Amino acid sequence: MPETFTVFINGQPVTAGPETSVAALLLRERMVNRRSCAGQLRAAFCGMGICMECRVTIDSDAHGLGCMTFCRPNMKITTL
Amino acid sequence: MKTGSVTIIGAGPAGLAAAAAAAPYATVTLLDENPGPGGQIWRAGAGTTTAAAELWEPARQAGAQWLGGCRVVAADAHALLLENATGAQRLPWEKLVLAPGARERFLPFPGWTLPGVLGAGGLQALVKNGLDIRGQRVMVAGSGPLLLAAAAFLRSQGAIIAGITEQATRRQLAGLAWASLVSPEKRKQASGLFRQLRGVPYLTHCWVEAAEVQESSHKNSGWLAAVRLRRGNRRWREPCDWLASGFGLAPNIELARLLGCALAPAAEGRPSSIAVDDFQLASQSNIWCAGEITGIGGLELSLLEGRIAGLAAAGQTALARRWLKARDRQRHFARALARAARLDAELRRLPGDETVICRCEDVPLGRLREYHSWREARLLGRCGMGACQGRICSDITGWLWNWQYDTTRPPVTPARISTLALMAANAEKASSSEFIL
Amino acid sequence: MASSNRTFDLAVIGCGIVGAACARAGTRAGLRTIIVEGSLAGGGATAAGMGHIVVMDGSEAQLALTLYSRRLWQQLIPELPEAAEYRSCGTLWIAEHEAELELARRKQAKLAGQGVACEILDARQLMEAEPCLRPGLAGALRVPDDGVLYPPIAAQWLWQQAQNAGAVMRSGAIVTRIQEQAIHVAGGDRIQAGAIIVAAGSQGAELIPEIPLRPRKGHLLITDRYPGFLRHQVVELGYLQRAHAGTESSVSFNLQPRATGQVLIGSSRQYSHDRAVEPDVLSRMLARAQSYVPRLGDLRGLRAWTGFRAATPDDLPCIGPLPNRPHIFAALGHEGLGITTSLGTAELLLAQMLGAEAPIPAGPFQPARFFIETSPAGHA
Ligand SMILES: Cc1cc2nc3c(=O)[nH]c(=O)nc-3n(C[C@H](O)[C@@H](O)[C@H](O)COP(=O)(O)OP(=O)(O)OC[C@H]3O[C@@H](n4cnc5c(N)ncnc54)[C@H](O)[C@@H]3O)c2cc1C
Ligand SMILES: Cc1cc2nc3c(=O)[nH]c(=O)nc-3n(C[C@H](O)[C@H](O)[C@H](O)COP(=O)(O)OP(=O)(O)OC[C@H]3O[C@@H](n4cnc5c(N)ncnc54)[C@H](O)[C@@H]3O)c2cc1C
Ligand code: FES
Repeated sequence: MPETFTVFINGQPVTAGPETSVAALLLRERMVNRRSCAGQLRAAFCGMGICMECRVTIDSDAHGLGCMTFCRPNMKITTL
Repeated sequence: MKTGSVTIIGAGPAGLAAAAAAAPYATVTLLDENPGPGGQIWRAGAGTTTAAAELWEPARQAGAQWLGGCRVVAADAHALLLENATGAQRLPWEKLVLAPGARERFLPFPGWTLPGVLGAGGLQALVKNGLDIRGQRVMVAGSGPLLLAAAAFLRSQGAIIAGITEQATRRQLAGLAWASLVSPEKRKQASGLFRQLRGVPYLTHCWVEAAEVQESSHKNSGWLAAVRLRRGNRRWREPCDWLASGFGLAPNIELARLLGCALAPAAEGRPSSIAVDDFQLASQSNIWCAGEITGIGGLELSLLEGRIAGLAAAGQTALARRWLKARDRQRHFARALARAARLDAELRRLPGDETVICRCEDVPLGRLREYHSWREARLLGRCGMGACQGRICSDITGWLWNWQYDTTRPPVTPARISTLALMAANAEKASSSEFIL
Repeated sequence: MASSNRTFDLAVIGCGIVGAACARAGTRAGLRTIIVEGSLAGGGATAAGMGHIVVMDGSEAQLALTLYSRRLWQQLIPELPEAAEYRSCGTLWIAEHEAELELARRKQAKLAGQGVACEILDARQLMEAEPCLRPGLAGALRVPDDGVLYPPIAAQWLWQQAQNAGAVMRSGAIVTRIQEQAIHVAGGDRIQAGAIIVAAGSQGAELIPEIPLRPRKGHLLITDRYPGFLRHQVVELGYLQRAHAGTESSVSFNLQPRATGQVLIGSSRQYSHDRAVEPDVLSRMLARAQSYVPRLGDLRGLRAWTGFRAATPDDLPCIGPLPNRPHIFAALGHEGLGITTSLGTAELLLAQMLGAEAPIPAGPFQPARFFIETSPAGHA
């Protein structure tokens, strides 16, 4: 895998690397990944696959675990 | 000649030590949900740290297999059900070493759900996985030695540590220090951490009362803006970009429970752990447990437990016996530390009626007051019904009201339906979704 | 304890949805009522059921009871709290191939004859109505006025209605024995009541051994939230045949859209007392669901559980007095329909208790059919 590549967050191109998790990327960009069921903004919390707060649409997967998924070239991340 | 096969779940220090110890004598498979070995402490993004490599390399050379990036989502007496990014697989096992580690314990306070508030180990993990925090202000709060390790790491990555607050009193900490003095490794670690943290305010008997949100005009609107701190009668505000907050660790016992392993006798105020015998054997034959799953004990204890479990699972009881004494010594320190670490009862008053306790289903504290048990709160209040299945909120309700989490059933973690359809031994193979080892 | 010294007109044993409905009906009829629950109210089968409010035509009596009950639910809907999650999603009975579509047509004729709104969808209309289904299905029968709700909250609302009208709730009290006009509670307490309703779910046979109840275990699994994925409760038309095939364990395709956007996946049937989730049954059930809805495979399942339906040999509940002890009434054996039929059961029972005109024929539901010695010949 190349050292850096482009991924898309809500259609916007962003540079990322294979060592960066989707949750880390979203925090870096100060992007909230989801709304809770009562409508609150939520971002990654536990960082280790337990709390499920980092769920975000990754390609066609509506509840991908952002903190356990590493960026890949052309990955499409859809937030909120 | 190798006899039998040993499958090890979790590639933190305990699992790696088990792999290294067992690999010369048995066919070893080491698996972890992260892409590389290391666990929480030796996490290295998609790669491997040197400490992890030092244990893994000899195991690998002795023939151990690595299975990264896949989660165990269910298990029975014969096989594990694994899921990775693209598929699923039933993996038969003969001997099992469970080393799934621990998660952080979180306590709720107003604002703890804001973006920018994370676990202490959580923020550390995200920085290891690519979050850049250079020049950003981080408040580290909660309890326990992990706070120091997290703060030192974050500082080494360029963060400005606004302060570390420890809920324990200075006197309690003095007790802790005394307990750790008996362990030279722990003493060395502690003084090393304090050296790295020179100049950072370290406040005992102090905690975050609330996290404040950034106003709507700010570019980081909706995110954490500041924390409100309290120490005795003194209250003040501390602006920060991140709050890293954790109150110690809780063992990841779900998989062991699913496999029928008995719990260790409950110790008041401490999260449940799995019972093991002298050789780390759990109450189920052919299942050994090592590391934090048997009770929070830290790196040295995890390594020793892992080595003993690995040797015992590979049938090398005589070799394992050599390490029992050293393990018991470490376990003794661990128990002393755990006894000394007490959460201040005042912390129970932090969450207000509106503070969300179950983050998955947004169930606030006020609603939970209507119920009398975990099961009633689930059934009538949706508490713990969400994606984390109560992993975060049941620790809290256990601490607040001593509610007991009742049962563990498959799946132990959310999994694709196509994966779960493979759970049966004779499941019709959906070959397209299966991944090959 | 205050309640034990008092005399009640009516004691209801068991606070599942059936007992709660009976208690509410009792207080509405002006009876001084006590509900005695041994464990967590609403925590039995009511906590496990899917909550499909459905008209079923397995027999004439079943059709009458479910249709009457559905009407009662529809009257209550405006009053139910939002947490009861009622949604009028309708049912799609899926016909896999042409032969099943013929069955669907017959079912339609039967339901329409009773005034039930329903329509046949052809293959194309079915794909429009429920795009997640696999192509190639022959069609479906749509019953638009069926709905879903969240049973534990619906039950809670019913018993709270009873409490608001003066009923006494006694929880954590296990009934060990019933007499003609008194019940005995573990610990030695005795509660007097003019009439007793046994609504103890699958444990009912412990109190009335003459009624041959068998626990029929069912598995369910719920997914994370996927709003819009599924619109109707979707059930394979062969459901009843598969469900009652009498084989060791059977699975059938039954999907439900929850108000939360979750998908509830059912279901299985087997006679068993063991609560454990069985990997073998669960995976067969999921594979079957996936065969109808291929994209279901990508959804994430959160939690699986099991529950016990109280089954009778003729698949009809027991709603009425015991032939040998006329002050004791059974409200038992609701199998997989007790959420739906709870309201109708309560009304039918109260009518019999008070000697009022029964809203539907009560004959087929008489417990007497299982009391071999005392039941008149031919009644079974
Ligand atoms: C319509 C509907 C929607 C639902 N939605 C959700 C949802 O979104 N998320 C979710 O997580 N759940 C959901 N549920 C499931 C819900 O949690 C419960 O209703 C489920 O039936 C039982 O799970 P429980 O955890 O409440 O109780 P259980 O854990 O099953 O406990 C039942 C009792 O039996 C005992 N018990 C259970 N198993 C055993 C065993 N093997 N051995 C010994 N004792 C045992 C327990 O100790 C306990 O006292 C839903 C249920 C319904 C009806
Ligand atoms: C998998 C599954 C899916 C289902 N899906 C549907 C559906 O979609 N639609 C539908 O209409 N129905 C459905 N059902 C059926 C429905 O759940 C039941 O028929 C219904 O809940 C029965 O309610 P109940 O009040 O009779 O029993 P329960 O809810 O079991 O209540 C009985 C109560 O009595 C108490 N009790 C028992 N013995 C004693 C005693 N000696 N003393 C004191 N208290 C006692 C128990 O603690 C319990 O609370 C389903 C069932 C299952 C298992
Ligand atoms: S941040 Fe908690 S699961 Fe990813």
